Amino acid sequence: MPLLHVLLLLPFLLAAALPWLSRLAPRLHAGWIALAGPLLLLAGFLRLRTAGDGAPLSASMPWMPSLGVNLELRLDGLAMLFALLISGIGALVVLYSIFYLDRRREAVGRFYACLLLFMGAMLGVVLSDHLIVLYGFWELTSVSSFLLIAFWHRRQASLDGALKSLLVTGMGGLAMLAGFLLLGIAGDSLRVSELIGSAEALAASPLLLPAMGLILLGVFTKSAQFPFHIWLPDAMEAPTPVSAYLHSATMVKAGLYLAARLTPLFAGQQLWYGSLTAVGLATLVYGSFRAIKQTDLKALLAYSTISQLGLVTALIGLGSVYPAGSASPYAAYGAAAAAAGLLHLLNHAAFKGALFMTAGIVDHETGTRDLRRLGGLIRFMPVTFAVSLAASLSMAGVPPLGGFLSKELFFGSALNAYRAGEGSLAALLVPAVAWTASAFTFVYSGIFAWRTFGGPARETREAAVHEPSWGLLAPPLVLAAAALLLGLAPALVAPGLLQPALLSMHPAAPDAYGELALWHGVTPELLLTAAVFAVGGLLLYAAPRWAPLHRTIRLPLSWNGMYERLLRGLDAGSEKLTAAYMDGGMRRSAGYIFVVLAAFLAIAAALAGDISVVLSGMAPVTLFEGIAVLALIAATLAVPFAQSRMMAIILTGTVGYMVVLFFVLFRAPDLALTQMIVETVSVTLFLLCFYHLPALKRERVARRTKLASGLIAGAAGLAMTLVALGALSDRKFGSISDFYLRNSYELAGGKNVVNVILVDFRGFDTMLEIVVLGIASYAIYAIIRLKWPGEAEEEGSGLRESEFRLVYEDARSNDVILQTLAKVILFLILTFSLYLLFAGHHQPGGGFIGALMTASALVLMSIAFGVRTIRKALPVDFRIVSACGISLALLTGIGSFAFGKPFLSHAFGYAQLPFFGQNELATAVLFDLGVYFTVVGITMTIILAIGRDK
Amino acid sequence: MELLLALAVGALFGVGVYMILARSLLRVILGLSLLTHSVHLLLLTMSGLKRGAAPLLGEHAERYVDPLPQALILTSIVISFGVTSLYFVLAYKAYKSIGTDDTEQLRREAND
Repeated sequence: MPLLHVLLLLPFLLAAALPWLSRLAPRLHAGWIALAGPLLLLAGFLRLRTAGDGAPLSASMPWMPSLGVNLELRLDGLAMLFALLISGIGALVVLYSIFYLDRRREAVGRFYACLLLFMGAMLGVVLSDHLIVLYGFWELTSVSSFLLIAFWHRRQASLDGALKSLLVTGMGGLAMLAGFLLLGIAGDSLRVSELIGSAEALAASPLLLPAMGLILLGVFTKSAQFPFHIWLPDAMEAPTPVSAYLHSATMVKAGLYLAARLTPLFAGQQLWYGSLTAVGLATLVYGSFRAIKQTDLKALLAYSTISQLGLVTALIGLGSVYPAGSASPYAAYGAAAAAAGLLHLLNHAAFKGALFMTAGIVDHETGTRDLRRLGGLIRFMPVTFAVSLAASLSMAGVPPLGGFLSKELFFGSALNAYRAGEGSLAALLVPAVAWTASAFTFVYSGIFAWRTFGGPARETREAAVHEPSWGLLAPPLVLAAAALLLGLAPALVAPGLLQPALLSMHPAAPDAYGELALWHGVTPELLLTAAVFAVGGLLLYAAPRWAPLHRTIRLPLSWNGMYERLLRGLDAGSEKLTAAYMDGGMRRSAGYIFVVLAAFLAIAAALAGDISVVLSGMAPVTLFEGIAVLALIAATLAVPFAQSRMMAIILTGTVGYMVVLFFVLFRAPDLALTQMIVETVSVTLFLLCFYHLPALKRERVARRTKLASGLIAGAAGLAMTLVALGALSDRKFGSISDFYLRNSYELAGGKNVVNVILVDFRGFDTMLEIVVLGIASYAIYAIIRLKWPGEAEEEGSGLRESEFRLVYEDARSNDVILQTLAKVILFLILTFSLYLLFAGHHQPGGGFIGALMTASALVLMSIAFGVRTIRKALPVDFRIVSACGISLALLTGIGSFAFGKPFLSHAFGYAQLPFFGQNELATAVLFDLGVYFTVVGITMTIILAIGRDK
Repeated sequence: MELLLALAVGALFGVGVYMILARSLLRVILGLSLLTHSVHLLLLTMSGLKRGAAPLLGEHAERYVDPLPQALILTSIVISFGVTSLYFVLAYKAYKSIGTDDTEQLRREAND
């Protein structure tokens, strides 16, 4: 297995093995075991990076080759950047969570299993080269993030938040899948690397625009872009380590990743870069404004994340304005914007991770995240303050931190967009919005650091607030240090990490990070930044005193309100819709089914048009057969008019036996045998159940209802007659039966083709069939055993217990002739049933028939001697018999694995046996034996369960 | 012959549907049995009737009847046996514990 696949599989394997591993060390926090996952991944990816010469690494493993879907992984610069983020920040988050989640109070095993699942899914997204595989992992991130957000599943808010994130990202994912498929049709490939190769041909396809729009929906929902951002603030119900991981560094960046990944494909398409830029900028300014108004630390961070994601989205949009090889004089701006986006992505991962973690520390130490109750923590937690100050300054874009560099590049790209737009109003909007949002960003960064740690200490707090343990502090410290290093020495990561990632987006991009420095002279960007600091500082000073800011704005149309109304409306609407045509009664539901059946058959026949009923070539009718058909029809028509229960049962039995007659006439010996025994056992069962119930009451049904039922029944019957005639008259294609007739003996060694089909060619169907039967028999057993509430007092009014015992349990026939004959016949029937079982491969018979025959012998015994005698004579639990039968059939199927054959491959051979002479031995008979035991067990369970019910 | 049998299929199906639309559970179950019989005959009729010997290869016949519908029907017979038994027991138990096998009345009981 290629190393890439091993790395991808690692978190999944670890997640699965975690319960066992943590049982081996019960006193160890499961997080220490889980920590091995990201650490190994980090080591693996770093090794791959140093080993490779910069060329993308590809590896493929077959998954569904017949559909052209394989596990094709590709590790290029962009994937490497994300893989290192996922494993690096993953390791820090796991370390942090070990000290955040109490082993004794929280279900840490479940937590880490979900976290590792998410990690693997996220890795899968960034490593997949195949769009379908990517989609699978994409949805897996949604599902695992749902589980993580709902980790505290007893809290309604957690569940609501988790559901919201799942619904929004799941819907986007579905849209994206449709987009992928359209893209696959247009480009004749689902591999990203191949699609990029044929980008020019794709640009001419009419499917490109819809595909792009649908994929954009996936990007926007996943990366919480306006107006799909609503799920992110609610997702803050997750434990803080989850927020630090999913909602700052990884999951929400999956959308950005996809946009960046597809940049070479869609660059130059107006819909693509236009909507990315516009939505990104709108999200940027909206998120930053909302962040200022928050009073909860995590909510503030959530809106700030939305805003920062908008920033990167806008930069990716600006970075895809010019396709590769564009002759535009501004073509170089594209690569510059993309470079800025990547740098900010890295910066954001560092500072936002650190900020979430410090928010968690504050929550952990003081018990609150409410900014109105926090303040003055600097005295108690100086190190935590230093960390959050560094991270906040980076977020605000203050030198010498990394955020300053990317903010400068962002302003540069915004100004470039203005230049390229040559003075148009829309182009002017880009720098204007960028500047406004940066000022807001400065304000909320200040609020986060200052309102938590500065100012007077609040009295309401318990006295014992202090620095957290090293484990909580170390991870944010590392991230804050990274934020600082990114500013002081960007050359450490830029050439090795960011430039290769940029090359994945713009293959011909020049070195974008070479001139990156904190001071590069007085430029327009620097002036803009200075203005941001000035205005932002003023706003920060004025914000607490400016009342309108703190007034909650109640809009008649909020996005959250729309989401909730939509959800409630769907709920109520579907209920109303269902109630409009369903009354919960069986008759109505069944009626609909048959109306639809008849109507669809009529419509299908009308559409096909050329269905003709040909009466020639039919088999001739003898007098005897004619009478039989008429008798069948007469018995059928008499059933609804039967006055008593008994009569109705017997008439139905008559119909069944007539059908047996037709099976005999039309050369179906197996069917005739089976149907005959089934009919006998069924009628016995009918009578057993209903003989002692009061007489069938005449149904008091309104004439209209009766008429409606009659009409539906007539239409359905007519439709069936036409189907039968239509199927006969017009064969559109040949039957596959010839295959079975030709190969039954050569391939399966059996002469009874029907039996061979059942146990060999279609053995898997039979396998499942006996399982279904088994389930039915257990259900019957359970229903009989179940004591319904109020049953005890109903007992007297229904069937009297003593009477029932008399007629069924203890009852035995007084008929001496029956008893004497039964003893003899029993063995005859049993022998015959065994003959049927073993002859089945060549002659009429088989497991089903043999088993039913055996069961009917036992039923005869119970009639003659009473159920109690049977139970004494055969002290077997028939449920175990059927379980053994299913196991035997299953083992026969599994046995073929030992010979390297697929499930249920049968073998046969001929052997000279003592006493029996030349004989055929086939594993199919073994399978049939399994069927036999199963069916005997099931039938007897059913019969005895009813008898046991007293 | 096929024409006659097609009519029988229709009659069985129609009566089966009529019984299923009734209120008594027993009628519904019997209706289901009739429906099953109808479908079996339909499958058998579809492949054409009496065009050869039974599908037992030892018969040395010129041609055999189609074994495929027979395999299908055999499976169906056994499954419908299981289903019918389950319904019986369900109806029986419902009658014993609630005292009626009228679906409308059962529904009223359930709603109360």
